Parts: sequence; C-alpha cells; structure tokens
Amino acid sequence: MLAYLLRRSLYAIPILIGVNLITFALFFVVNSPDDMARMQLGVKRVTPEAIAKWKVERGYDKPLFFNAQAEGVGVLTDTILFAKSARMFVGDFGRAEDGRDIAREITTRMGPSLAIALPTFILGLYVTVSFALLLTFFRGSYLDIWGVVLCVALMSISGLFYIIGGQFLISKLWRLVPISGYSGGLDAWKFLILPVLIGVISGIGSSARWYRTIFLEEIGRDYVRTARAKGLSEVAVLFRHVLRNAMIPILTGVVVVIPLLFMGSLLTESFFGIPGLGSYTIDAINAQDFAVVRAMVFIGSVLYIAGLMLTDISYTFVDPRIRFE
Amino acid sequence: MTFLPVILWSDVLIWLLVLAAIVLGVLSSRNPPLRAAWQRVGRSRPGMAAATVLMAFVLVGLLDSLHYRPRLESREAGQPVAYSVEVLSLLDAMVTPLRTRSEKTYSQPLATRAYTKEAFDVRDADGSLRQVRDFPRLKFGGAHLGDDEARRDDDIVKRVLAAEALACAILAGIALGGSYLLARRHACSARQIWSALWRGELSVAWHAVLATLGLLLLLLMPLAVLSVDYHVFGTDKVGQDVLYQILKSVRTALVIGLVTTLVMLPLSILLGILAGYFRGWVDDLIQYLYTTLSSIPGVLLIAAAVLMMQVIIDTHPQWFATAAERADLRLLALCFILGVTSWTGLCRLLRGETLKLRELEYIQAAQAFGVSDLRIILRHILPNLMHIVIIALVMDFSSLVLAEAVLSYVGIGVDPTMISFGTMINNARMEMAREPMVWWSLAAAFVFMFTLVLAANLLADAVRDAFDPRLAGSS
Repeated sequence: MLAYLLRRSLYAIPILIGVNLITFALFFVVNSPDDMARMQLGVKRVTPEAIAKWKVERGYDKPLFFNAQAEGVGVLTDTILFAKSARMFVGDFGRAEDGRDIAREITTRMGPSLAIALPTFILGLYVTVSFALLLTFFRGSYLDIWGVVLCVALMSISGLFYIIGGQFLISKLWRLVPISGYSGGLDAWKFLILPVLIGVISGIGSSARWYRTIFLEEIGRDYVRTARAKGLSEVAVLFRHVLRNAMIPILTGVVVVIPLLFMGSLLTESFFGIPGLGSYTIDAINAQDFAVVRAMVFIGSVLYIAGLMLTDISYTFVDPRIRFE
Repeated sequence: MTFLPVILWSDVLIWLLVLAAIVLGVLSSRNPPLRAAWQRVGRSRPGMAAATVLMAFVLVGLLDSLHYRPRLESREAGQPVAYSVEVLSLLDAMVTPLRTRSEKTYSQPLATRAYTKEAFDVRDADGSLRQVRDFPRLKFGGAHLGDDEARRDDDIVKRVLAAEALACAILAGIALGGSYLLARRHACSARQIWSALWRGELSVAWHAVLATLGLLLLLLMPLAVLSVDYHVFGTDKVGQDVLYQILKSVRTALVIGLVTTLVMLPLSILLGILAGYFRGWVDDLIQYLYTTLSSIPGVLLIAAAVLMMQVIIDTHPQWFATAAERADLRLLALCFILGVTSWTGLCRLLRGETLKLRELEYIQAAQAFGVSDLRIILRHILPNLMHIVIIALVMDFSSLVLAEAVLSYVGIGVDPTMISFGTMINNARMEMAREPMVWWSLAAAFVFMFTLVLAANLLADAVRDAFDPRLAGSS
C-alpha cells in the first residue's frame, strides 16, 4: 500500500511539471510581459519607462529561460521560469497585484470555502443517493418515470438561475436569511444555509439520474436474484446489497472532487459574497491579476491529482477484491 | 449593390457544420448499423419532439449567420459608395422593427408606458407650462393605440385570438400536406395514414413532430403578431427589445455548442485512435498529454486562456475592421479554448475502444494481409467508433450552452457587446435588487435557455439509447 502510494506520488510529478509548463507557456510565451504591462497600465499611461517599472516591481524583468548575465546556478534560477513557475512547487506563489502574499491569502480563505463546499458535498451526496434509491425502488412506475423527467428538467436549468431564484425566493420574498455576506464563528450558519441548500438542489438532477442508472445496472445482477431467492425484503436487497456494490462506481466520480472542495465554488461564492477561494479567483479574473490565476491553476491541479490518489485508496475500502501490489 | 456581404469566421464554421451534417447523413444512410440507429431515433417520441424544437432554434441561428453591411444613403450623387460599419444579419433584416424601435429605458412586457416615473412639462388648457411626474408614454410600445390606451387589453386579446386562428390554419395545412406526402410514399390512402399517424404506427414518430409543431405555432404565433406593435417581453435598461436579444442569443448559444465540437473532434479522434492503435510510446505520450490537461480544473484553464487571449486582442486593435469582427473572433477563441479543454474525455473513450477493436480477428486478419495502418484505421476502426463520437457530440451540446452562461457571468465568456444568454442574465441580475423588480429579461432568458437545453438533453438521451450497443439490445 505504502509502496503503491509512493509510486503514485512519483507519477504525479511529471504531470505537475507538465501543468506548470502549460501555465508558464500560457502566461509568458503567448504574451510577453510587455504585453501584459501594456494591458494593465491602460493605453494612456504606456511609456517605455512605465513598462520597465511595472516589470521590475513584479519581477518580470528577467529573461524567460536562460540568464546569460548571471553567475553559477543563477544562469537557471534568475529567470522567470524558475522564479515564477518552478517556485510554486515549494508553495511560493509570489504576490498579488495589491502586494499581498498569495500563499497567506489562500490559507485564510480556505476556511469559508470549505464551510460551504463540505456541507454541500455531504448533504448533496446523501440527498441524491436517497433520491436515486427511491427511484430504483419504484422502478418502472409512474413515480420513476416522472422522477427521471424531473431530473432531466433540473439538469437543463443553468446554475445561475438556481442561485438567482433561490436568493429571490428565500431572501427577498420570504426574508428568511440574509441575501449575502459572511461572518466567522457560529453566526455563520445563517449565511451558509442558503448557499448550501441551493448547491444541493442544483446538483440533484444530473447525479441522481446517473446513480439511478448505476443502481439499475446492479439490480440486474445474479447476486441480487440470489438475495431475493433467500427471501430478503426488497429494502434489505437495496440497502445491503445493491447500495454497497454500487458504491464502487459512485466513489470513482465522487472522491476525486473531495480535495477540490478547498477551491470553493466560483458562482456560489461570488453571488453570496463569501470571502473564499472561489470569489478570490473571480476577483483576480476581473482585475486581470495574472499571478493569482496562475497560482490557482497550479493548486487546482495539485488537488485534482490528490483526488485521483484518494479515489484509488478508497477502492480498497469498499471493494476488498482490489489490492495494490 | 445595396449591401456588402460580410463573412464572419463563425459563419463559415456554422455553414461548414451544416455541410458536415449533410455528409454525415449521407454516410449514415449507406452504413446499415448507423442507419438502423437513426431509425431508432426516429421512432423515439421525446427524441423527435426535441428534434423539432431544436430545428426551430437552428433555423433562427442559421438566419442569423448570413451577415452583410447595408449601404449608407449618400446625400449627393457621384459620391463613392460607403457601407455602414454596423454588421447586420438576415435575421436582423427580417425583424428590423424589433431591432430599431428602442425605448429610452425599462418597460414592462406589453406595456404602453415606461417603467419609471419621469418629470416632464405639460401645457395646460390656459397655455401655462406645468411640470408633472408621471410614467411617460412609450415611443413605440402600443403606439398604434394613440391616446386610447384603455383599448390595449381588448387589442391584445383580439390579436392573440387572430394569431391562434392563423396558427391552427397553418397547422392544419401542414398536417394535410404532410399526410398527403406520406400517403404517396407509402402508397396507401390518406385515411389509412391518418389512423396510423394517430396511433403512432409509422416508422417515424410523426405524431410527436406534429404535436410539437402545433404547440410551437400556438405559442409563437401570438408572440410574433403582438411583437409588431408591442414589446412582448418588455425592454431592457437601454430600451432594447428583449425578444430581439433572445433571438440573437440563440446563434451565440448554437455557435458555442456546435463549433466547439468542431475543434474537439479532430483532436480527440486523431489522438485517441493513434494512442489505442499504435500503443507503446505514442500511447504513453498521448496519455501523458491528456492526463496533464485534464488535471487542470476546467474553469481555471479556460480563465487563464481567455485572459491571455484578451491581452492579445487588446494589444492588436488593428486586426479588426468592425466591432462585430472583434466580438466574433473572441467567440471563436472561446470555442477553441472550450474545445481544447474538453477533448480529453472523448479521447480517453476512443483510445479504450480502439484498444479493444485492434485485438479483434478481422483487424488481425487485415494486418496479416498487409493492409496499411492508415487503411485499417480509416476502413475498419473509424466506422466502428462513430457511435461513440455521435453520442459524445449530442451529450456535450447542452453542457456547453450552460457553460457559456456561467463563463459570461464570470467574465471569461463572450465579448460583453455580444448578445448571449450569459450576458443577458448578467445584465438583468443587477436589476433584481430594484424595487419594484425588473424580472422580464431574466424570465425570458430562463424560458428560452431552458427550452433549448431541455430539448438538447432529450435528443441526447434518444440518440444515446439508439446508438449505445449496450442499451440498444435492452429496449
């Protein structure tokens, strides 16, 4: 197990290097730092001196790959590739446009993001799996047919409308909870309840339909017939046999997103004014803060790869047949 | 010439797609398994109903994909011909009243007066000026009523009734004409065709098509009739008709949903087959490529790429003759970026399937006979992958349309000047906080986007059921 994990982590390194090179190419090769400076400064204030100053302030005044003027290892380390991209591996993300340290900002904003994403994830999984089980239990009946129709309809609504509709109905019309905002500590629940609710509802459509297909596939297997032949009730068959076996394909899709929960949700956080990583990313995109976007891309891929490894590990827990040699 | 044709890049791609669809149709009619699968789609009632709705959207989109620049009226003779910088489409020309008749600001659906009070001067009977605050009369909304605004409700009811009667007449015409054609093709009497149609016994679910068509006509005809003299869905902040914006959004959604697949398909088909067929280092390399790309969360990669594209567009203003061309290029770049970020899933599927196929006897036999690799891929592998490609195509469409709205909200979608569902929602969102609320833009965008995506999802389900060999046997 440990050896397997070690091998997986080693395999992740070339992928992370690849991600790093892609972001580097996107941000520094497609456009030169001069272009970025011109864009950031605006058309009016563009002078060669202003561009040079902008580049020095952000450390973009170095050569891209190879610094011929430096000495020793400086030939490679005193370049944009090393200073801006390679240093991300050790958690140094540089500074944002407003001068704040990106790594610190990320650690403080992780909390609010997680406070929304984690309850949404757990509650969402619970609700969708139960709904899918309900549809499977009544398979072939009108309840099932209309349940699937409902799922397709829910899938066809843009996430934006869920948020706008929820905010309008619950906060504006019924005045149950504040429209947006956030506070730390225990008071946070009244700000969190609406985003979590909306997050759960907006996810029902596609996941419940998918889980239902998985359950239906399992229900046609021989072991289910055996279980029924033993005289087990349909409920026992569903919960003890079908659900457990269906967990394997469900886990594949679900575990991989767990680490990404740290990143928060772009839409929810910006609509509800929650100071998490999602709204940080959106603000960075709108302010064209290249350093922050670069950092988020890198962190996102690290978390995704961590999710893939978690998926593999979780298989051993739900399916004892799988062993890692 | 009274106009100068303008060929936008997205137009070229759209018409190229139409051509590709025709070619695909011809190819599948020659290939028995594909033809059988399409016939299964034809038998599916929800599938055919969804296809009818989608055809209506596609028609609007195609009309909006023929662009031109109208000639400017020159006051003096002998002046060189000048063309307007505004790029119009055939659809714009057809709905000129909707496009040109803008009010000052918000007005409710079917309103005759503006939404907010304004101060203006009124001359009394004795000739003295007096200032009043009232809802100003709209310039165009219900202008034909004159001062007799009370007549509005009567007028609307009358028009709706007339429109429904017209819709019924058209529907009856289509039904009669269609059944006559069907009767001739099946060489039987029209009565037999009718009873078969009612009971859904024909090989294509024509009754679903007819019912959907009837529903569409009954719903859209009153809209069309009323829109001549009213703003059916109201007007937005700058007084533009919301119905016009909806019509224009359709093309943007279709371009995003369809052109993206044009970028995605060659990449995923080529790389997927190469990886699965040649294995070894080619496979390793391609696997590494798509694992790396897919490990970057989609939105973030798109955000990074769009930001960089924005830098390029902003630093090279000399490339674009008109604003429409700039917006168009940004739209295409967005499609390109969406395509590059979304080919990995299909590529993985195709690689797996190719790995399975190349071990089958008939391909081993072809290799033993010395058939070249290229020929094996084109003749034996590619046709057997087509069902996966078609399923992926229709499944991706709806998610791309939804993604456009989200991306435009985040600020990394289409150009802000380009009308799309995303920009409409984004602009209308701010007005939710107003008291009383401006709801009509959002409601209209919601209804039309929902219809489009729902139809796409239903068609996707029908196509998947028909093409997936695992599912085809069970039903």
